[in-house]
Order: sequence, then C-alpha cells, then structure tokens
Amino acid sequence: MMVEKTLMRVVAKLLIPLIVLFAFYVQFHGDFGPGGGFQAGVILAVAFILYALIFGVRVARRVIPSAVSRNLLALGVLIYGGTGIITMLMGGEFLDYNVLASTVHGGQHLGIFVVEFGVGMTVAGAMITIFYTFAGHVNDELPFRKDGSSQKGERR
Amino acid sequence: MAVTAFWLVWLRNLFAVVMLTGIYSLFAAVLYIVMDAVDVAFTEAAVGAGISTVLMLGTLSMTTDQEKVHKGPSPLALILVFATGGVLIYGTFDMPRYGDATAPIHQHVANRYIEKSGAEVGPPNIVTSVLASYRGYDTLGETAVVFTAAVGVLVIIGRSKGGMMPGSKAARRRREDDEEASS
Repeated sequence: MMVEKTLMRVVAKLLIPLIVLFAFYVQFHGDFGPGGGFQAGVILAVAFILYALIFGVRVARRVIPSAVSRNLLALGVLIYGGTGIITMLMGGEFLDYNVLASTVHGGQHLGIFVVEFGVGMTVAGAMITIFYTFAGHVNDELPFRKDGSSQKGERR
Repeated sequence: MAVTAFWLVWLRNLFAVVMLTGIYSLFAAVLYIVMDAVDVAFTEAAVGAGISTVLMLGTLSMTTDQEKVHKGPSPLALILVFATGGVLIYGTFDMPRYGDATAPIHQHVANRYIEKSGAEVGPPNIVTSVLASYRGYDTLGETAVVFTAAVGVLVIIGRSKGGMMPGSKAARRRREDDEEASS
C-alpha cells in the first residue's frame, strides 16, 4: 500500500496537518458551527488512513499502534457512559448535565463537550481499527508484499 | 446521480464499481450541502467517498475484481424488485413536500427545540444541543453501535496478537505449544 510518487507524498504531507486541524476544529467548535463528535472522529480517522495509504500501513502502525486505536474505541464509550454515571452520583438523572456545574448553561456546556469528545474518540478509534484490520489482511496474505520492500525507499 | 446509479448496475468490473460508488457518495454530499446539512455532507464525503472506498478496495485485493456473470434474469427476482420499488415510490406520495412548514416533523418537538434550547441548553448550534443533550440516550446508543461494529469486524476478520487468524491452524499450534510449555 506504499506509493513511491514524490508528488503524492508532498501533497499528503501538506494536507494531513490541515485535516487533523480541521478535525479538532469540528470537534471543539461543534457547539457553535456545524459538526460534532461523529464528524470530527471521521475526519481525524481519514487523516491517519491517508497517511497509511501514502507511507505504508507499517509506518502508520508506529504512529498509532492498533492497541491504541482499540483502546480509543473503548475509552470513548466509557467516557460517554461515565459522564452519565457521574451526573447520577452528583444527584441528577443519567446524562442530566445540569448538575455538572453551578449554572445550567455551564453544566450543559461541560456535559456536551465531554460527551462529544467521547463520541469523537470512539468514531476515530473504530474507523482506524477497521482500516487496520482490513489492511493487515491485504498486506500479509497477498503474494506481493509491497510494504516491507518499499520502506527502504522511504528512508532514503 | 441517477446516471451513476444505472452505470453502477450495468458495470461488471468491480474496481470501476467501487470508484463509481465513491463518485455517487460525492454527489450525495453535494446534495446534502444544497439541503443546508453541512455536517451530514462532510460525514458523507469522508465516510462514503473516502473510508468505505478504501475498505472496498482492500476487500477487492483480497478477493477478485470481476463479478461472476449469472445466466439471464430470474423472473421472480425481477417481480420482487419491481414490487418493492413500487411500494417505496407509493410511500413517497404521502410524504409532505420538501420544506413544507406544516409537515408533522416541524409541528411536534422541533418548535420547542428552536425556541427554548438557547435558554435550556445554551449552545447556538441547536443540532448539537438536540444530539448531545435532549437526545443524549440516543447518541449514547449510536456510539455503542459504532463500538459494536468495530468489535464485530475485529472478531470476524481480526487476528490474535501473534499476527495469525484466531481459528487458523498456526494459531492452534502455537496455543498447543504454549500449553505444553506452561504445564
């Protein structure tokens, strides 16, 4: 899955930071503009998948090991559910953000922020995990194993 | 969009089909932008045109890129497809016109969200307050669905730590070796 084309690599190197930045913008600006956790997670995952396509899955696995993406996946759901449990412990109902801060708006804002963060983590983790699972099969089980040989070219 | 759809059905080369599905998704994203649903649009562009195309290509390189050609159309399948399509189109006759203010969907809870979400929740983006606050349970469920989907993929085609399929002969052999070593 490694591409030798210099042009693609240069363009990808320019694009990937912008994509990641846009993902975080969508994540943390979701209260005011369009977007939220789902969209941000997907965009973040696209950045890493693009990286893996251009520079090879093996290099990408060094950036985000599959264990990390799997933990992200589970941690996001835990953060979401955990927020609900915390609001219960603080005397409200499940996922009742009003009790999180002294004012209603403050509590709602904090609650939405944390919950959207959890959603983003889960979605990004899920997308990267699924991609790694597919890519692992493609790389190891086909007769042509481009990944290992072309990595030397990358280090040149 | 319609041209792409018919072309998709007609093509036999699955590589071209995957590429066309991506193009179809891009058209859909443009459609969402026209309908002012920008957030849905970029999800469609990223997932439909981006990630799923990559995953489909991965699948193709594992299997084959030529569709198996079947003998002529089966009459039963043809009748079934036309019947289902007919029922679906008949269903759209009852739908209110796009942007109709008197449609049921604009009468029920939408007004309350638009009028009160500023005071009750706060964020200027009403979609966010509905998703994360009013419909917090639903979104928790959706997140759980995404989680389950990824776990499902891992269980079905994922591999154990040694880089082998969980049920493969190599994995079993290694497990037996481990058991011998530990006993």
